[in-house]
Amino acid sequence: MDNIAGTKSSLTWAVHLATLALVLLWLFPTLGLFISSFRTVDQINTSGWWASMSASEQSEVLRADSPDENRVADGDMYIVNGNLFEAGSEKVISTWGTSSRDISAYQAGETADMGEGETMTVAENGDYIWRGTEDQISGRGQRVFVTAKAPPEFTLANYEQVLLSGDSTDSMAKAFFNTLTVTIPATIIPIVVAAFAAYALAWMDFPGRALLIAMVVGLLVVPLQLALIPLLRLHLGIGIGKGYLGVWLAHTAFGLPLAIYLLRNYMVGLPRDIIENARVDGATEFQIFTKIILPLSFPALASFAIFQFLWTWNDLLVAKVFLIDASGDTTVMTNQIVELLGTRGGNWEILATAAFVSIAVPLVVFFAMQKYLVRGMLAGSVK
Amino acid sequence: MSPALQGLITILIGVGGCLGYFYFSNQLLDKVIFPAKGPKAGHNINRANQVRPWLFLLPAMVFLSLYLLYPVVETLRLSLTDRDQDGGFVGLANYQQMFGETKFWEAMRNNMLWLFVVPAASTAFGLLAAQLTDRIKWGAIAKSLIFMPMAISFVGASVIFRLIYVARPADQAQIGVLNALWLQFDGGVGSFFALKVLPAIILLSFAAMVAYVGYILLKPFLGQGSSYSRFGSVLRMVGLAGAAYLVVTSLWQVVEIFSMQLPYGEPQQWLTIPFYNNFFLMIVLIWIQTGFAMVILSAALRGIPEETVEAAIVDGANPFEVFFQIKVPQIMGTIVVVWTTITLVVLKIFDIVFAMTNGQWETQVLANYMFDKLFRANDWGVGSASAIVIMLLVSPILVWNVYNARKEMR
Repeated sequence: MDNIAGTKSSLTWAVHLATLALVLLWLFPTLGLFISSFRTVDQINTSGWWASMSASEQSEVLRADSPDENRVADGDMYIVNGNLFEAGSEKVISTWGTSSRDISAYQAGETADMGEGETMTVAENGDYIWRGTEDQISGRGQRVFVTAKAPPEFTLANYEQVLLSGDSTDSMAKAFFNTLTVTIPATIIPIVVAAFAAYALAWMDFPGRALLIAMVVGLLVVPLQLALIPLLRLHLGIGIGKGYLGVWLAHTAFGLPLAIYLLRNYMVGLPRDIIENARVDGATEFQIFTKIILPLSFPALASFAIFQFLWTWNDLLVAKVFLIDASGDTTVMTNQIVELLGTRGGNWEILATAAFVSIAVPLVVFFAMQKYLVRGMLAGSVK
Repeated sequence: MSPALQGLITILIGVGGCLGYFYFSNQLLDKVIFPAKGPKAGHNINRANQVRPWLFLLPAMVFLSLYLLYPVVETLRLSLTDRDQDGGFVGLANYQQMFGETKFWEAMRNNMLWLFVVPAASTAFGLLAAQLTDRIKWGAIAKSLIFMPMAISFVGASVIFRLIYVARPADQAQIGVLNALWLQFDGGVGSFFALKVLPAIILLSFAAMVAYVGYILLKPFLGQGSSYSRFGSVLRMVGLAGAAYLVVTSLWQVVEIFSMQLPYGEPQQWLTIPFYNNFFLMIVLIWIQTGFAMVILSAALRGIPEETVEAAIVDGANPFEVFFQIKVPQIMGTIVVVWTTITLVVLKIFDIVFAMTNGQWETQVLANYMFDKLFRANDWGVGSASAIVIMLLVSPILVWNVYNARKEMR
């Protein structure tokens, strides 16, 4: 069809390039978080994540080994031999110095004259020879300021810290399970409640049906904010208080309008013949519903389940109001991250990892069940 | 009891209870109350079928009325009472107090700003992405990558974007992309083009686009014999006023851009720059919502009859004319749906502002203002009053949706 009017190939190229640019632009932020979560603290602090594949240049202050234990006599002079870096380091020194006033006074391999016969030589790989009289080679090891290129370095240490350390401020493990505990019942229960109501609204005739459907459409857009104060008062009043039960009930109720709307729209589209035939054959409404309607409605059920899962997993407001009490034992991941932003605002290795832990599960669900999510969205937007 | 076990039991009780309730209530209805036998069998079956829908609806109705209908009424009542006076009736005092606070008006202004910018930008980007990916082979992959942020929580997205906006002192390496980019500009010719001419062009084309929409809205008033309802006319007037405001504001911004002195070479704390920081927050939501707009609009584009496009091409229309004059008018209904859906999200936006600035540096929005009143100031009255304001802002869309749904059912 495109070549009816002989569309120019240059436009096709422009489309490909523009799409690529758009995709990269949209991917870029998440990629930054993902890569940062695997970098070491040093790497994160010395270069942007987009430079993580190339060597980064760092300046550090190192010390030669303590002379008292390591010096060896060389004629009437003494020598300390060694390497400035930890074993296994792949850093490459470009410049170095012995005074904080001029940290790049010498190139790697050069010998520094530190006055009165004291000398020091530092090689590219960190090997040094420090040479001087007995007085000079004593006390603490010589300070060396080096500027070195560090090769790219990736680590799983951040994930260990966030998931396994048990550190009460950084730990996401507990919050992860709390989120899971909130999410699963809050996803399953509304499906059951909504399915029956949707069937009644789709296939049963009774006065007031149209009004009820209109009410559900209206409730779809009622802001959650209105429900917060009265419901919290209600929960506190009837003794549910803040806790899992409260948050399950709240999520179930808030998910219901969408569930009923989605399922009803889907069920209405099912072939009338099947249901009529079943009725003629003497099936009860309950049987028709469980044996015919429910299995046929699976795509709509899946759509809603994904919506509700993503929404409850990602929710902050409902959890903050109905779940998390002063003790903080029931904190969920979103809340934990907001708290980390306060306490660990500059520690990007922790923040990035914690955030990635929280978005990993929804991303997996998203990519695995995208088909149903799209279908649900198309059906769920009020036409 | 461990929460996981408690969760499992809740699932069992919840699901089992629901199923049990439905099963036994149906049994009770059919076997005990209105048995389908005996002299009045026919009558009984009819009676049972009249009652049954309400059995099916009952649990959902209880939830909806207790958790959504009742709170609307109760919030309205609470907004007229004062907590300190033990819930005594204080008339409109809470509203008066709220309207006297600068933070409230700041939140209103920002919400309006969000309301215009985010749906417009998300829909525009979504439409662009939908059209671009429509006919290319790897379009499905491209779509799912642009769609991906939909799965990311607002809080997660806030962390992602804070990493982009982060600033370090000038003598350290910048680890935030935006500041690293910013330090590339030195005030030379390149900077002039990138930071003055380019934004000016974007703003001008935005103004032109809005003016065009305004012109479309104005058309029925100029033309003769328009068959639009009075309600439609009011909506059009509101839209026109909004469009006029946007055009004037963007033109004024162009003037501002050229007269502004930019602090080249200094890393910026982007989230602390008043007014503009709102846009840095909006970008987060636009990033998330574009995927939604794209998916819906892409389906709509696919639904356009091929013949209309073919006819236009045969008549010599270029690709841009085909897009703007053939395709866009045909999916206008869907664009409106996408727009209103995103508008609803925007009106309730809370997490992004809460996690990124918490309303500091003039970024307050209504939902966060309400949260502040509720849980920091412990002021139920004013908190409820601001919730009612959000409800009022939502209600035109509510009415519109119900109106459309009823029209469709007939």
